[in-house]
Amino acid sequence: MTDQAYNFAYLDEQTKRMIRRAILKGVAVPGYQVPFASREMPMPYGWGTGGVQVSAACLTPDDTLKVIDQGADDTTNAVSIRKFFEKTAQVAVTEKTGEATVIQTRHRIPEETLTEDQILVYQVPIPEPLRFLEPSEVETRKMHSLEEYGLMYVKLYEDISRHGEIATAYAYPVRVEDRYVMDPSPIPKFDNPKMEGAALQLFGAGREQRIYAVPPYTKVVSLDFEDHPFDPSKAPHPCALCGAEDSYLDEVITDDQGGRMFVCSDTDFCGSRRAAGFTGEMSGAQDTHLGAVGE
Amino acid sequence: MQNAVLDGGLADPARDAAFAFRAALDALSRPGTIRQIEGATAPAPCSAAAATLIVTLCDPTTPLYVAPSHDTEALRDWITFQTGAPFAAAKDAVFAIGTWDALAPLGAYAVGTPAYPDRAATLIVEMPTLDAEGAVLTGPGIKDTAHLNLPEVAAFQANRAQFPLGLDFFFTCGARVAGLPRSTRVTEG
Ligand SMILES: [Zn+2]
Repeated sequence: MTDQAYNFAYLDEQTKRMIRRAILKGVAVPGYQVPFASREMPMPYGWGTGGVQVSAACLTPDDTLKVIDQGADDTTNAVSIRKFFEKTAQVAVTEKTGEATVIQTRHRIPEETLTEDQILVYQVPIPEPLRFLEPSEVETRKMHSLEEYGLMYVKLYEDISRHGEIATAYAYPVRVEDRYVMDPSPIPKFDNPKMEGAALQLFGAGREQRIYAVPPYTKVVSLDFEDHPFDPSKAPHPCALCGAEDSYLDEVITDDQGGRMFVCSDTDFCGSRRAAGFTGEMSGAQDTHLGAVGE
Repeated sequence: MQNAVLDGGLADPARDAAFAFRAALDALSRPGTIRQIEGATAPAPCSAAAATLIVTLCDPTTPLYVAPSHDTEALRDWITFQTGAPFAAAKDAVFAIGTWDALAPLGAYAVGTPAYPDRAATLIVEMPTLDAEGAVLTGPGIKDTAHLNLPEVAAFQANRAQFPLGLDFFFTCGARVAGLPRSTRVTEG
């Protein structure tokens, strides 16, 4: 034991045990939302207290932690969480996706393919994918238990009748292992296909007190229809800084004359490409993500 | 009270439990992989792996069933001192510890409810050997197939058939652990 005023990874041992048990049950039933007793954390709910509690329960002193907010390592939110665990859990930190063993994320999956040695922890604001259809928790639980997902499909199909396509661009619902419909957190639908991979994925919703999981190599299917298959495509631009054509882009305001450009939302991915010599049409221009308004 | 009761806990509880949990998480997330897990030492016949799982996951909120193979006064006293977990019958247990034969019948344990499938027991099964061979495993956490020397196959097939309800398992031997969640499909190797 140390003489610090706080426990390892901030949370007390009984709280971590409770969260750890919830994580294990989440792993055992992929896509099912396990209730847990969320604790007050020294940061506002909007900062991802659910993800922070899951990370706190998982981190060991041997971990290397990366924290991203909309793909960027340098936002106030990401920097604060990284510093929090650097101090309380004595973990190493990194901005390099490939060097991290635990990655806490808000609203993105890194572009670089994750490995078996990595855990991706998502911050989740609203874990219940059926909530907008049914406000009652008792009813949504019943719908999940009976696999009553017809209303969800009806809603998506209404989108098609109204817009000619499914308009949902973020938090696009998925079916996990042919069983539970799950909210992937507000990642762009572009990221949905990356959820089938080698890394363990854990989801923490602090305010809503839910933990859920997608184990490695688990079937994750974005809901769609035979005549309207799921389309994860993004706007057809290359990154203005690194030229990548296969990354998710943010629109960045470049000046007060309405100038704008599209750049990778994943700052580590973009920076690594530029360091390797890749260029885009605005290479050499303002190198910043300030003013990103989303694609 | 004997020293064996007071001793054998985690030397550095918060950090040792963090490492132990990661081993358990890794084992359950990747069925068929065998991980090192240690730090706690309980009276015989409890393995180091099972002892470490118990101190990492059990506390006064988690009723524990101790199967006849492990039901000694020394081990009960150790568990009480180290975790405060109340002892319970199989039907009320959140965790259970014992050999495969002693833990039977599996029908005795809680498998969760349709609304709350997480309210299901986790069984810690002490094994004479633990090897990545034998029964064939497929499902979440497994890239193609994995193998584990499960004590039998039919019981795990019946367990999978209840999904999303069902029991979850840790298999322990010495200082090693493997996991088998209810989501795993098992066939004869
Ligand atoms: Zn770029």
